[in-house]
Amino acid sequence: MGGNSIAKGSPGPINRGYRPRPDFFRFSCFLASALTVALLALILGEILYKAWPAINKFGLGFLSGVQWSPNRGVFGVLPVLIGTAASSLLALLFALPLGLAIAVFLSENFLPRPVRQFIRFMVELLAAIPSVVYGLWGIFVVVPLVQQYGAVLADKLGFLPLFAGPAYGNSLLTASLVLALMVLPTITAISRNSLVAVPPTLREGAYALGATRWETILGVILPTAAPGIVASTILSFGRAMGETMAVAMLIGNSQRLSCSLLSPSNTLSALLANQFAEAEGIQVSALMYAAVILVIMTLAVNIAGEAVLRRTQRSLVGLK
Amino acid sequence: MSHPSKISGNFFTQDGKGTSPFRLIRNSLLTGLCISLSMLALLPLFSIVMLVVKKGMPLMSPALFTELPPPPGLEEGGFANAIIGTVIMVGIALVLAIPLGILAAIHITEYEPSSLLSKAVRFVAKLLNGIPSIICGVFAFAAIVMTMRSFSAFAGGIALSILILPTILLTAEQALLDVPNAYREASLGLGATPFQTIFRIVLPDALPTIMTGVMLAVARAAGETAPVLFTALFSANWIHSIMEPTASLSVLIYNFAALPFDYQVKMAWSASLILVTLVTVTNVLAQLFFSPKHR
Amino acid sequence: MTSIPEFSRRPLELADDFAPGEINFMKVEDFSFFYGKKQALHGINLTIPSRKVTAFIGPSGCGKSTLLRNFNRMNELIPCIRHEGDISIHGTSIYDPSVEVIALRRRIGMVFQKSNPFPMSIYENIVYPLRIAGERNRAVLDEAVERCLRSAALWEEVKDRLHESAIGLSGGQMQRLCIARAIASRPEILLMDEPCSALDPIATAKVEELIIELKKEFTILIVTHNMHQASRVSDLTAFFYLGSLVEFDKTQKIFTNPAKQQTEDYITGRFG
Repeated sequence: MGGNSIAKGSPGPINRGYRPRPDFFRFSCFLASALTVALLALILGEILYKAWPAINKFGLGFLSGVQWSPNRGVFGVLPVLIGTAASSLLALLFALPLGLAIAVFLSENFLPRPVRQFIRFMVELLAAIPSVVYGLWGIFVVVPLVQQYGAVLADKLGFLPLFAGPAYGNSLLTASLVLALMVLPTITAISRNSLVAVPPTLREGAYALGATRWETILGVILPTAAPGIVASTILSFGRAMGETMAVAMLIGNSQRLSCSLLSPSNTLSALLANQFAEAEGIQVSALMYAAVILVIMTLAVNIAGEAVLRRTQRSLVGLK
Repeated sequence: MSHPSKISGNFFTQDGKGTSPFRLIRNSLLTGLCISLSMLALLPLFSIVMLVVKKGMPLMSPALFTELPPPPGLEEGGFANAIIGTVIMVGIALVLAIPLGILAAIHITEYEPSSLLSKAVRFVAKLLNGIPSIICGVFAFAAIVMTMRSFSAFAGGIALSILILPTILLTAEQALLDVPNAYREASLGLGATPFQTIFRIVLPDALPTIMTGVMLAVARAAGETAPVLFTALFSANWIHSIMEPTASLSVLIYNFAALPFDYQVKMAWSASLILVTLVTVTNVLAQLFFSPKHR
Repeated sequence: MTSIPEFSRRPLELADDFAPGEINFMKVEDFSFFYGKKQALHGINLTIPSRKVTAFIGPSGCGKSTLLRNFNRMNELIPCIRHEGDISIHGTSIYDPSVEVIALRRRIGMVFQKSNPFPMSIYENIVYPLRIAGERNRAVLDEAVERCLRSAALWEEVKDRLHESAIGLSGGQMQRLCIARAIASRPEILLMDEPCSALDPIATAKVEELIIELKKEFTILIVTHNMHQASRVSDLTAFFYLGSLVEFDKTQKIFTNPAKQQTEDYITGRFG
């Protein structure tokens, strides 16, 4: 642009005013990068190192053991693993229809733009509310509700193992309901992004063929966005597995195996939250072992989710 | 006038089929369902906000911000020490995570955007973002609490810094990527060094977005409980050193929520009100500040 | 109202051998169109005969696409639009309250500038309009797929991979697939919005051949930037400029002896 005026007459050597010097700033940026990468390795290494005594002692039996009694030095996490998987899956089951509905709602023009923006902001706020506040709210709102209606459920459907009584307020169901609320923003945000990324020409194409709005949404737009929605579900699953405080406050913290949604249960993260502060000796190591399992599970789920998301973005490029 | 053609009667229903009413009714029903499900999902949010305000307001008084928590059973006092503890730990986290995150972001966008290390940084940041917050606590417990043989604000701060590092790094990266390349080319073309270009042109342009990321990180760190639960633990006293057990608002909520004492439970609600206000305000500010100017 | 060129009020004189179809098939009367406050079309009057190819030409932003997208009311997807005047097809106004926009679009196929196959199999793409209308009979669907692909001159190329994704086809094949899909619900009219602008010359030639073939069955309206294309495929040409219809006549007349200076300037490349 202004190159002409600068080029005009500047006498002296071409590198006048330039003093080469070691670029400390560049080096510190490099160092920060290296540190970030090292941090993950450090975290994994440190936890693995502290878990080693328990890994050595209990081996894979730790995963299949059904007893967790620190007093007797017996540690098995099977019920906790089941509780983790069950609460996360149930949460997804509740959150997926709602999340999809909101994502569609936000990407269609049912209501004027300001209304949609307001609702989008509210959903984002849902993600920002601290876990522990969800826990507090759950204790005062969801626990009594589940206690009341759970008793009815157990009464009417108690013959099914899933709803076997007695019904507790602090139960798998309670924790899953609150978890569903907490993963809703994740599902909504990623699903909405993949819906918005569907090329508008596809929508026009469907309308021009005489499709109604919902035939277009269900027949063309959702299937095109499906990989992104799958990714959002996987990433939400990872988030649900790692969610700690609300679950720890609501799930009842029981290591007993039970098929009923209305019984107390436990998850890996809630177990850690409840026991670390007072743990001693081999129990600390066993908890570290449980943390290792939690890290492996969430990392695997997150890597899978990111991989699906990346493929989605690539396949959408093919459509454009 | 017109020549004979195969068309006769109403052109639009020529194939003998008008649109079946079933299709139109289904269309309206689904729209209604979609809108009502969306509203239904917001119901709990309203419930949370209303309850937090309703139960948190009554206790709001200067005492809450200046006094220590009462022993069980007594109906007086506040959580000044928990506020101080939270501020200190979030402060430690910021002091560690801001330089690290922003410098790493500069490295991966300005200096070596496609090097192996940069790819690793992006990948690791995403993974760190995905690991459960309690793992940050477990690490700080293993690395610091077990080594120092004491719960401490320092350990809690470390745990929180790991928690917010990916947020800061990733928003800073995005902010830097949003700076138009033409700015860099113009600056370098005028003979500026890369360092001058970054500090005089690129960073000032990216700063508002980076600040937004930092603000959201602060709000998140202040509300997180799991990383500080068994690293800073809790304390009913004033903080004297960052190497001793320290109270925080979030752990206070957790500890007091299930107590059988009415006053403590009310304190938990008041602490929740403070945290919810904090995240709401930061989110609103972030919304206002985050100007998509280059898109 | 803006002034309307007086010639467009008189019906087009078509020789008998020229018109086996219906001369007054589609009528655009005093049609104006607005995006918010911006007026995009000024009092258009146009009478389009059936079973002919009618080309809309003119420089970018002249309103030719806007007019095309009004025939199947696709513009209604955009908020804050408004129209004056009327468009009628075979004597029925498309804005008549009794006309369902869905039924209208089933009778009027549309092909877009960028081919837009759905990310499904070739087969599913073509039967989509039938499926949404509730057709479940496998034999009917199979028959439709073959008929449409043959009409679109695509059958031989894809008959062995009907159940593979449509996204793997070449650009020209995708556009012909979209044409096949557009005729699946047996429409009467085909709207084509610059159907060849994203295609290479060979694919363009194929689509042009197809258009000439298709006018035996369909009334075709085509928007094009390419004047050679208009002269090759169309029977009638309408020249638009700044939202107004400047001249509408037989293509041969427009390209050899236009009545208006503006038309001649555009045809000979003096502007646009």
